[in-house]
Amino acid sequence: MLGFAQLFASRLVKAAAILIAIVVMNFFLVHAAPGDPAMVMAGEAGAADEKFVAQLREQFGLDRPLYEQLGTYVGKIVQGDLGFSYRQQRPVWDILAERLPATLVLTLTAFLLALAAGVALGTLAAVAVGTWADSAITVLALLAYATPIYWIGLMLSLLFSIQLGWLPAFGYETIGAGYTGLAHVADVAVHLILPVITLALFYMASYARLTRASMLEVRGLDFVKTAKAKGLTQSRIVTRHVLRNAILPVITVAGIQAGQLVGGSILIETVFAWPGIGRLAFEAVLQRDYQVLLGIFLVTSIMVILFNILTDILYGLVDPRIQVSQ
Amino acid sequence: MTRRLSGIPASLQRGFTRGFHRAAAAGLLAAALAIPGTAALVAAPAMAQETPVRGGVLNSIVQPEPPTLMLGLNQQGPTQTVAGKIYQGLLTYDRKLTPMPSLAESWTVSPDGLTYTFKLYQNVKWHDGKPFSAADVVFSTSKFLMEVHPRARAVFSRCESIKALDDHTVEFKLKEPFPAFIQAFEVSSAPIVPAHIYEGSDYRANPANTTPIGTGPFKLKEWVKGSHIQLVRNEDYYKKDLPYLDGITFRVIPDAASRSLALESGQVQQTQYSDLEPFEVPRMKTLPNVTLTTEGYEFVAPMAWLEINHRVKPLDDKRFRKAIAYAIDRKFIRDKIWFGLGRVPTGPVNSVVKFYDPKVTTYEPSPDKAKALLDEMGLKPDAKGVRATVKLMPMPYGETWTRLGEYLKQALGKVGVAVVLESTDAAGWAQRVANWDYEITTNFLYQYGDPALGVARTYISSNIRKGVLFTNTMGYSNPKVDELFDQASRENDPAKRQEQYSEVQRILSDDLPVVWLLEMEFPTFLDKRVKNANTTAIGVNDTYESVWLAK
Repeated sequence: MLGFAQLFASRLVKAAAILIAIVVMNFFLVHAAPGDPAMVMAGEAGAADEKFVAQLREQFGLDRPLYEQLGTYVGKIVQGDLGFSYRQQRPVWDILAERLPATLVLTLTAFLLALAAGVALGTLAAVAVGTWADSAITVLALLAYATPIYWIGLMLSLLFSIQLGWLPAFGYETIGAGYTGLAHVADVAVHLILPVITLALFYMASYARLTRASMLEVRGLDFVKTAKAKGLTQSRIVTRHVLRNAILPVITVAGIQAGQLVGGSILIETVFAWPGIGRLAFEAVLQRDYQVLLGIFLVTSIMVILFNILTDILYGLVDPRIQVSQ
Repeated sequence: MTRRLSGIPASLQRGFTRGFHRAAAAGLLAAALAIPGTAALVAAPAMAQETPVRGGVLNSIVQPEPPTLMLGLNQQGPTQTVAGKIYQGLLTYDRKLTPMPSLAESWTVSPDGLTYTFKLYQNVKWHDGKPFSAADVVFSTSKFLMEVHPRARAVFSRCESIKALDDHTVEFKLKEPFPAFIQAFEVSSAPIVPAHIYEGSDYRANPANTTPIGTGPFKLKEWVKGSHIQLVRNEDYYKKDLPYLDGITFRVIPDAASRSLALESGQVQQTQYSDLEPFEVPRMKTLPNVTLTTEGYEFVAPMAWLEINHRVKPLDDKRFRKAIAYAIDRKFIRDKIWFGLGRVPTGPVNSVVKFYDPKVTTYEPSPDKAKALLDEMGLKPDAKGVRATVKLMPMPYGETWTRLGEYLKQALGKVGVAVVLESTDAAGWAQRVANWDYEITTNFLYQYGDPALGVARTYISSNIRKGVLFTNTMGYSNPKVDELFDQASRENDPAKRQEQYSEVQRILSDDLPVVWLLEMEFPTFLDKRVKNANTTAIGVNDTYESVWLAK
C-alpha cells in the first residue's frame, strides 16, 4: 500500500510539471492565431477608429510584450486565479463555474448511460454471436457511430419536438417558469432527454463494439473452457469470467473519454442550445477570448490527468494481476 | 454594421402605423382606436381594428450572444436589438428616415444649420428610479460617447458646444453646418446613458455595465449566459399605459437549423437579421403562423460589395475592376444565393438612403465586355485560358458568404480570371482586411441613412487608415470625390446637396473602387399574433413600447 501511495505522489508531481508545460504551450498556441479580441470587437461593432482599438488593447493588456503577458498569466494561474475575460467583463472562473454544471449534467448522464447500455448490448451481442440479435446490435452500433451527431440531434428534435410535440427542442430549462426544487429537477430532466440520447448513442456505439470484440476474444481462452467444464452456469461464466476479463479495454477507452467530459460536446450543445462549456470554448476561439479559452484548456487538462490516474487505479481493482510498477 | 444578418411590404399599414406612433406618444392611443370610424377608414384588415391588449411575453432570438448589454460600449447587432429596449436615443426614424420623437419630444434646427435644440420628455426616470434630465444627454454626448463610441465620436466632435439650457432642453452648436447631424440620434448611434452612474468612472470597467440602467420601456431582469436574456416591463415608463408587453425573452440558439425549428414550432415569435440563413427563408415563408417582412432595416441599409485592394496589380486598374463587374451576374447572386432577399445595386448608395441617384454607370452581366476590357489591358489568356490570378477571401460570416465566394470563382473563371479562395475566421479576416493584407474580399457596411454618415467613410482618402476596419481599406483616392463628399456634408441646401451627391455617385460608379453586389435585406419573421412590431427604420432594434400580443 505504501508503494501505491508513493506512486500516486510521483504521478501527481509529474502531472504538475505536465500542466505547466500545457499552460505555456496553450498560451503561445492561442496567441499564434491571427487577430486579437480588440479586432474582433471592432469587427462586430461595424465601426472603428484607431482610438477604439487602442483603448481595448490597453484595457485587455494586449499592448504589453507577449512574454510579459505570459508572466502575468502564469503568475496568476499558480495562485489559482484563472484570469479575467475583458470581453465579458467577468472573472474566468465565474464564467466556467456558471457553465460547468450544465455541461457535467449532460455529459455525465450521457456517459453513464452510454457505458451501461454499451457494455450490456456488447455483451448480449457477444453471447448471441452470429444470431439476428448480434447482427441488429452491430448494425445499430455502426449506424450510431457513423451518423453525424448533429444530424441525429436535429432528426430527434424534428420528430419528438416538432412532429409529436412531446419534448422541448432546445434549452436547459423552461425560461421564466421559475420552478424550484423537484419541479426544477423534472424540468431540466425533460430538457435533458434529447441531448443525452443523442450524445449517448455515439459513445454507446463505441463501447458496444469494443465490448463485443473483447468478449469474443476472451471467450475462446482456456480458462473459459475450464469454467464450462466445471459446470458453471452460462450467466456466471459470462459475468465473472468473460466480461471481467474483457472489460479492460473498455475501461481504457472510457477513462480517456471521461477526461473529456468537462470539455463538453460542442455539437450537441450547439444543436440543443445547451449552455455548456463546449460552446463557450468554441465562441472563445472565434472571439479570441484568450483567458477564457486558456481557462477551459487548463480545467480540461486537469481532468484528463486525473482520469488517467483514476483509470490506472481502476485497472488494479478489476484485475489484481496488474501490479503497479515500482 | 453589426454582423447579423432579413421582408413584407408594410406600405399598406405605413400611414396607419405612423399616425399610430404619434397617437401613442401623445397617450391618445386608446381613444383614437376606440373611435369606430378610424378603423373603417383604414384599408388594412383585421389588425387595424383590434384594440391593443396588455400582457404576454414575446419570445425572440439573440444570436450571437452579445458580450454586454451596455449599448454605449458595444454596438454589435444583437446588443442593439436587446439593449434598444433598455436604452433610448433622443430620436427614432420612420421608414423614410424622417426623425420621430424618442427621448426628445420635439426639436428645432436653426436656419444656418448650426444650432440643434431638443426638448426632452418630462417625468422620464432611469430604471434605478433617478430622474432623467438634460444633464444626462450632455454627459452622454460630450463625454461618454466621445470616449468609447467611434461612430458617435465622429459626429459629436463636430460640436462647438453641447449645453443644457434647462433640465429638459439641450442645445448642440456645430462648428460648421452638418445636415446629417439630425440622422445621428437613434439608439445605437447615440444611446443616452445615466450620468449619475458613469460620470467620473472608468466607463469600460464600471461594475454597473452588467446591470444596464436605461430609460426604455423594458428592464433587464435576468441574463443566463448561454441560455437567455429576460426583459420585463418598466412599470415607471414615462408613457402612460406603455409598454403593453409584460416582457421580452431573447433566447440564445447557436445553431441555425435549431433557430428555424424554434420559429417553426412557435417557441419564438420573432426572428431578425441573420437569425435564419437566407436558404431557409423560402420554406419559412410558407408557414401559416408567421409573416415575413424585409422592412425595418432602412436605417442600417447594408450594402455588400467586393472589396478590392488597389495596392495589388492588376486590381489598381479600373478596367480590371470593370471587367469583374461585367463578369458577374448580380441578379443571380440576389436570386440564387440570397434567395430573393435584397436589391441589385446601381452605385455606392443604397436606394433607401437619402440622396440616392440611379442615374449612374451600371454594369449588366456581359462576359464579352469583360474579356474585351482584359484584352485591352493586355491580359491575354495563357494555354489554360487564364489571364490573371487573384486571391479572394470570402467574409467568414456564414454559409451564404461562402456560397458567394464559390459563385464568384466560377463567374470570374469564365472570363479567364482564376480565383484562389482563401479561408479565415472572423478574427483573422478583421486583422487582414484592416492591415490591407488581402487582394479581394467580400464585405458589407451599414449606411446609417445619410451618405455623410455611412457612405463617405469608404471612399474618402482621409479615411485610409491602416489597422482600422471599415475605413477606405482599398486605398482608393480621388481628390474630386474627397472634395464632393466634403462639400455635401456641409451643405444646408438639400437641392445642392443632391447635386453633389449625384455627381460623386456618377464618378464612383465609373471609378468602381469596389464592385457593389447587393443592397442587402434581412428577413424579419413575426408570429401573426405579434402586433405593431417593427414599425420604424430601425425596426427590431426599436423600443417595442407599443408592441402587443393578440390572445
